[in-house]
Amino acid sequence: MSKAYVTKSPWVVHYDGSSCNGCDIEVLACLMPMYDVERFGIINCGNPKHADVFLVTGTVNEQNKDVVKQIYEQMPEPKVVVAIGICACSGGIFKDCYNVLGGVDQVIPVDAYVPGCAARPEAIIDAVVTGLGILQAKRDAMVEAIDAPAAIEAPAAPAAASAPSAVKYPPIFTMAEIKVNAELYKK
Amino acid sequence: MIKAIISVIAFLVLAPFVGGLLAGFERKLAAKMQRRVGPPVLQPFYDVGKLFQKENMAPTRFQDFYVILFVVFIIASGVIFFMGGDLLLVIFTLTIGAAFLIIAAYSSNSPYAEEGAERELLSMMAYEPMVLLTVIGFYMFTGSFKVSDIMAGNAMPFLPMIGLFVGWVFILTLKFRKSPFDLSMSHHAHQELVRGMTTEFVGRTMGWVEISHWYENVFLLGFVFLFFANGTAYGWIIGIVVAILTYFFEVFIDNCFARMKWQFAFKSAWIIAIVLGVVNLFVLQLCFMN
Repeated sequence: MSKAYVTKSPWVVHYDGSSCNGCDIEVLACLMPMYDVERFGIINCGNPKHADVFLVTGTVNEQNKDVVKQIYEQMPEPKVVVAIGICACSGGIFKDCYNVLGGVDQVIPVDAYVPGCAARPEAIIDAVVTGLGILQAKRDAMVEAIDAPAAIEAPAAPAAASAPSAVKYPPIFTMAEIKVNAELYKK
Repeated sequence: MIKAIISVIAFLVLAPFVGGLLAGFERKLAAKMQRRVGPPVLQPFYDVGKLFQKENMAPTRFQDFYVILFVVFIIASGVIFFMGGDLLLVIFTLTIGAAFLIIAAYSSNSPYAEEGAERELLSMMAYEPMVLLTVIGFYMFTGSFKVSDIMAGNAMPFLPMIGLFVGWVFILTLKFRKSPFDLSMSHHAHQELVRGMTTEFVGRTMGWVEISHWYENVFLLGFVFLFFANGTAYGWIIGIVVAILTYFFEVFIDNCFARMKWQFAFKSAWIIAIVLGVVNLFVLQLCFMN
């Protein structure tokens, strides 16, 4: 499968759920001259309809879950979601609050988790660049679906009918790994 | 005739490459000015390739129709220009193209796209007088509206038309949508209007808009070239060098200014058109029309 252009020009949209702004500042730090993610063609485009990568910081709660869902639905395929910071991964210290649903993965499928409080810019860049591999896989799945439309349209294949949404990608970090990574980041 | 056909084909084939490369160098230069490394020079091509590989999701089916008309008219205005056609026809075709982009933005019913479209209408009002005055200046100097006649002229229009040249470079900032006049569809205005006119253009629609901007940029720089055309080889060289320098001057301006309000864009463009443009036309009338 040829290399998809999407891996060379991932545009990001950033949404702050309800974080303390620590992770948001680190996300913006990635764009600054020191880290300069535009080297990889990454642009903070601020428009879900142009974006390929959705960066979420902070917890998802009753008030913003529809906003998160809407931004996700407005993004055209292929797309990846990166949860940045421990609040976006699992709810963090706000997990037990009455209005907090937990991590972003309670509402939309998440492809990469970046632990940390706040997440380091290096970790964020690592997650986005790792997410490019997932973008490539999703693009390949799209091309396969276009090349073999019969597999999707076949009436006797309920599994194939839901094929696009059934393709699940494992998260880059498991929760156990997040704990290990969190220890590493502390050092 | 054969010369015209060759230059039209050269425009159709080469302009996207030249425009894309210019955009790539622009981003590299902007990055250097901010002490960053910046993206690869071919980044604009990767971006457009990416856009063509994305899912297509238009809010209405009319939007793509208007965008296609925008692309066709922008390319057509460039074709008429490089064919050596009538300058008046060129600028009217260009205006129709710009109008179709505004209609496309309005058709989406998105508040951000509509806001961008309204600002684009205002900036059109700001730059149109200067465009017309420039074309009239070329007519007064060479006695013809045809690009082929202006190209074959035996005197360089630059010095007698220097006021019009400065005015043209000024409105190029509006046409390229660079700061301080990037108010209708800026990359850098997330908080204000998301992405302006192009907010609702997704995937290949956005890709076509980018490609036609490359065409448009090359053709607008062709106007700069026209100021130096005098039918000799050194006129060609000066023209091409100054056109490229003008583009990077616009990038420099882009990086040095904040975005201004539309009132400033409107007032400054009209004042420049009246002061530099009209006075220059008077001078041309006195010196060359008798």
